[in-house]
Amino acid sequence: MSFPLGDTGLLSGLVCGLIFGFALERAGFASACKLTAQLRFRDWAVFNVMFTAILVCAVGLWLLRLAGVLAADEIYVPTTYLWATLLGGVGVGAGMAIGGYCPGTSVVGFMSGKIDGLVFLIGIVIGTWVFAGAYEGLTPMLEARPGPEGQTLSQLLHVPDWVVLLALTAVAAAVGWLTTKPAARI
Amino acid sequence: MSDQSQPLWKPHAAGALLGVGLLLTFVLTGHGLGGSGFTTAVAASAAHVVAPVATAGNAYLGPMVDGGRNPLDAWITWQVIGVAIGALIGAISARRFKWSVDGPTRLGKTGRLTMALIGGVIAGFGARVSLGCTSGLGLSGAATLATAGFVFLGGFFVTGGLLGMATRRLWQ
Repeated sequence: MSFPLGDTGLLSGLVCGLIFGFALERAGFASACKLTAQLRFRDWAVFNVMFTAILVCAVGLWLLRLAGVLAADEIYVPTTYLWATLLGGVGVGAGMAIGGYCPGTSVVGFMSGKIDGLVFLIGIVIGTWVFAGAYEGLTPMLEARPGPEGQTLSQLLHVPDWVVLLALTAVAAAVGWLTTKPAARI
Repeated sequence: MSDQSQPLWKPHAAGALLGVGLLLTFVLTGHGLGGSGFTTAVAASAAHVVAPVATAGNAYLGPMVDGGRNPLDAWITWQVIGVAIGALIGAISARRFKWSVDGPTRLGKTGRLTMALIGGVIAGFGARVSLGCTSGLGLSGAATLATAGFVFLGGFFVTGGLLGMATRRLWQ
């Protein structure tokens, strides 16, 4: 059996989503106050949860590839369009600082009873319409400065994957150590 | 039965479960988890119902509804329904479900909901510019070590941090 299975059916969507939603709820990410406390540097849960998840998954993908059970060229790796990728991050970051959520967490917030999570979701739909209205004018910016297709940090820096994984682990461990001690230093 | 909600998980425990779920997603489907792909499908479907001619003629939404296609007939719809069910199970089982308005504690309800709407509009627009949000590009992209994931996260955390510090008085 070779992976990925390419299973895009109902059941895989429901199961993967269910784990995602449950983990975000247990992390406390149904609360706009908790999420934005990261942006005020009062609570490092967003950074620690995200980086732990990225590392667990990245190391898992790396090991499965080394073991020869996962076809690397069938794993979707997004491509950088420098301005679009960066400015999109700016927009989603600003949206969280102002509105308290991001697209995924607003669903989790609404499902734990937060009315502002639902309102944020409605805002996202409106923002998508605004984008659609401006799409043709934006196209030159959206397509500017494309990077190599599906480029990884390892390819950008010309180092093996394990070096990048080790560096990310060091960053995550340092931030985790500094921010989860009982007497937090920051 | 007490009214006390159960404590949250430690960030590294919740992150580990999230990472395993994300890895499972890659192994099953070949791609990661998402969020804004679903809201885009909702936006396209709703626009198609309200203004079919304008939607079909729009350069961005048109191709999504071309030839009677239903943009919601996609894996991401089931995944977001899964997210909703998982979050609901999580909230109810930890006795955290409560109808409420979160958000900047210094503002009244109208102010909080206005901020949520404005933030949603900006985030929705931004997630289309970058072709993905915190889930699809930040989390799933970075897990494949994609440069794009880290460029997105850089823009996200720097802007979020600057605006978060600038608006901190509204929240405490």
